[in-house]
Amino acid sequence: MSEPTPSLPTVGILGAGKVGTVLSRLLLSAGYRVLIAASGDPSRIALIVDVLAPGAVALTAAEVAREADVVILALPLGKYRSIPADLLEGKLVIDAMNYWWEIDGIRADLDDPRTSTSELVQDFLPASRVVKAFNHMGYHDLDEGPSAAGAADRKAIGIAGDDDAALTEAAALVDAAGFDPVRVGTLRDSVSLQPHSELFGANLPAAGVRDAAARFSSTERGREVAAARAGAPALRPR
Amino acid sequence: MTTEIEFGLNSFGDVPSDAGRTLTDPETVRLLVDEAKLAERVGLDVFSLGEHYREGHVDSATPVLLAGIATATERIRLGTAVTVLSTNDPVRLYNEFSTLDALSNGRAQLVLGRASQTQSFPLFGYELEDYEHLFEEKLDLFMKLQREMPTTWQGTVRSPLTNQTLHPTMRPGGIPTWIGVGGSPESVVRAARYGLPLMLAIIGGQPERFAGHVDLYFRALEQFGLPRLPVGQHALGLIADTDEEAAETWWRSWEPLVTQMGRERGFYPPTRDRYELELATGALFVGSPETVAQKIVRMTDELQINRFDLKYDIGGLPVDARARTIELFGTRVAPRVRELLAEKADDREQQPVGATHE
Ligand SMILES: NC(=O)c1ccc[n+]([C@@H]2O[C@H](COP(=O)([O-])OP(=O)(O)OC[C@H]3O[C@@H](n4cnc5c(N)ncnc54)[C@H](OP(=O)(O)O)[C@@H]3O)[C@@H](O)[C@H]2O)c1
Repeated sequence: MSEPTPSLPTVGILGAGKVGTVLSRLLLSAGYRVLIAASGDPSRIALIVDVLAPGAVALTAAEVAREADVVILALPLGKYRSIPADLLEGKLVIDAMNYWWEIDGIRADLDDPRTSTSELVQDFLPASRVVKAFNHMGYHDLDEGPSAAGAADRKAIGIAGDDDAALTEAAALVDAAGFDPVRVGTLRDSVSLQPHSELFGANLPAAGVRDAAARFSSTERGREVAAARAGAPALRPR
Repeated sequence: MTTEIEFGLNSFGDVPSDAGRTLTDPETVRLLVDEAKLAERVGLDVFSLGEHYREGHVDSATPVLLAGIATATERIRLGTAVTVLSTNDPVRLYNEFSTLDALSNGRAQLVLGRASQTQSFPLFGYELEDYEHLFEEKLDLFMKLQREMPTTWQGTVRSPLTNQTLHPTMRPGGIPTWIGVGGSPESVVRAARYGLPLMLAIIGGQPERFAGHVDLYFRALEQFGLPRLPVGQHALGLIADTDEEAAETWWRSWEPLVTQMGRERGFYPPTRDRYELELATGALFVGSPETVAQKIVRMTDELQINRFDLKYDIGGLPVDARARTIELFGTRVAPRVRELLAEKADDREQQPVGATHE
């Protein structure tokens, strides 16, 4: 394991499951200091972190939110309201979550084509800068896929956000993790990274991600989203 | 390192075809009994059935089916792959499997899981988002029933038990019970905490990436002061005389299945490229006996497995392709894997003292 590089931001990861442990590993090997939490006491994930993400520091979710410079959300989307919002003020928050009904249950609020789920997260974290990233690639592809910048056929991750500086920071993190970052638009546009879109599950190089994002509006899902958005305004619970 | 290995056959009660005709559900139920008999004849160790509640699957009453198989077989052990414990009543489950164990003369076993498929939740009146809590409490009760009878138990997921004895009572310690996991590290630690063997369900991606989970499992067992316990792998596949035949036959059923799954979960249909990758380096055990045997041996290295379960049925697969898979698995793959493992063990013995591999 490499020593953290002091100039890099400290990354916090909320969620120590499949995705959280893989992202920890990727960022640790890129030299980041990584703090990680699940929902409960850190002692419950100590062994998991020690074996699957050696070098990451297990803390409570509140401690991670407070101490990290950047926080990645890798918990079930259905639980986004348990994120310590006030502790994330002013921070870059990377949303890797998806609506997955098998885990989250059937939730109309998370499955509304008018609102991307990252918009819901941004609404819940009004003082944070939310960027969608790392959500569309299956965790095994994330695990198997990283390669050095410039490598032939390097896989890419689509990212979306409303704040240019936040997108730049997120892109650096994606790149460090071993993937080409590809901007696909705003948080509103991030439906193109969600389930039912061509990019969901995609494990493609940058050109493939760019093309798929570009043709989103002409796909069946793209038209469905556009039609829903042209109708009644979306419900965005606070 | 693995020196001995057991082979299991897993079915989700998938409805097959025969000369282009889809079998009826009752025909499929009866076919499963014949396939289990064939599995026994070709020397496989375990025959296990899943638990599903959807079109195209007939494995909804798993213990009933296993009971039928029990009376038609003599040696093969009978298990599940997996039992959705979260939506079962542990008391009922105990009664069913203690009965199966009696009926089969000690051949019953189980793999318990949180939820591989979700249909049982609405069907039996449970909330999907409770699956974790349901599993945790029910596992606690089920293991208590197996390990301490009479049982006193209290929780939130069913009525309490006071000094309860169930009949027929299981043999002391209960029947072999595994925990099936799909990648959640927390479930791995839970299996270790209960001192139960681990069944890794690996259905996509490179199986090697589960090596960390196996390591986690062994470390957790150590931390709980428990000895090493077996690790198994559940995989999907088909064995045919040649790699090409296997690949083509499997693709015809796998492609529509994954397309349907993608529709339900929101991802796009699989491409042929992705499929080829799954065959070459991924989770599918599709090929000739030699190809599949080599891949299993690789798993004994990478994942230290001492049990390998092959799910041989997939919707619409012709009955003869299923039978051929079972036959080749028992008569060609299993002996070949054992032969290769023995050769490796010999090689190790012949290493000069002090030589290291790692
Ligand atoms: N699986 C994939 O391939 C994949 C790929 C990309 C994105 N995603 C998304 O990534 C997220 C995580 O998925 P996963 O597959 O990693 O799930 P997972 O294996 O079930 O892990 C979820 C983790 O989140 C933790 N958690 C729950 N509530 C929390 C809270 N309030 N604060 C902090 N941590 C909390 C859980 O800890 P406890 O055990 O303490 O509850 C657990 O460690 C989901 O939104 C999913 O849609 C998944």
